[in-house]
Amino acid sequence: MRKLPENAPGTRCSNDEEEHLTGQQASRITYTLESSLDSVNKVEATAEQLAKKAGIEEDEIFRITMAVREAAVNAVLHGNAYDPSKRITAVFENTGKDLVIRITDQGKGLDPETLPDPLAPENLLRGSGRGIFLIRSFMDEVHFRQLHPGTELTLIKHLGAAPTGN
Amino acid sequence: MSMKVTTRQVDGVTILDLSGRITLGEGSVMLRDSVRDLLSRGQKQILLNLADVNYIDSSGIGELVSAYTTVRNQGGELKLLNLTKKVHDLLQITKLYTVFDIKDDEASAIASYARA
Repeated sequence: MRKLPENAPGTRCSNDEEEHLTGQQASRITYTLESSLDSVNKVEATAEQLAKKAGIEEDEIFRITMAVREAAVNAVLHGNAYDPSKRITAVFENTGKDLVIRITDQGKGLDPETLPDPLAPENLLRGSGRGIFLIRSFMDEVHFRQLHPGTELTLIKHLGAAPTGN
Repeated sequence: MSMKVTTRQVDGVTILDLSGRITLGEGSVMLRDSVRDLLSRGQKQILLNLADVNYIDSSGIGELVSAYTTVRNQGGELKLLNLTKKVHDLLQITKLYTVFDIKDDEASAIASYARA
């Protein structure tokens, strides 16, 4: 196990990065990041690398990467509301059986049951509200956990499973 | 990573050739500003050429929807041209494929606009 502090230029606080290697297949990467679009891009890029490394086919990598990006956007935008005092945490893990990505924010919490259905006719022309729907469409399992404060979103893709359909 | 927009006019229709990513932040804002700018100049027949858009996130999808409704509410028409497979799939999943008027040929897309 090693810890690599990473100083982001122009930011007040450093981001922390940890990588745990516990075998040839299993690995875990943890980031603690500020609430910014740069963090969203970093989380997205890491998810893409993780999926590529797992040997997943290209279309499925796109879906996983997009789901993870949406989760990171939710954490930064809707959870932490770009608050510079709040952080998001992103944990990426290949267990050998699953890809598990866990995104945590420090916001006021999210109850997924209260989200309007973006496919309902009355919501089709809304300019927002599709992020969680896309995450659920593209991952095999999605779990929400309330942290009081904050929300933890766990995204799971089973390795070796058939690609999720449209 | 970011998006580029170029504008051209063909037979009274304004074509926005978009390339790159339409995502939260710069890409979505650029699309919104481009459409608003056209509407402010009275250009309400708009065709978004998405041939070189390789990525749209939920924010970008929302921006496409907002652009569509904004143009429509001002008496214009906004149509989509040349979707990549990924964007096509996203619009199908979100049931927006039937909302937008989607074209795959520029000439016939231009011809499809109502003329004053």
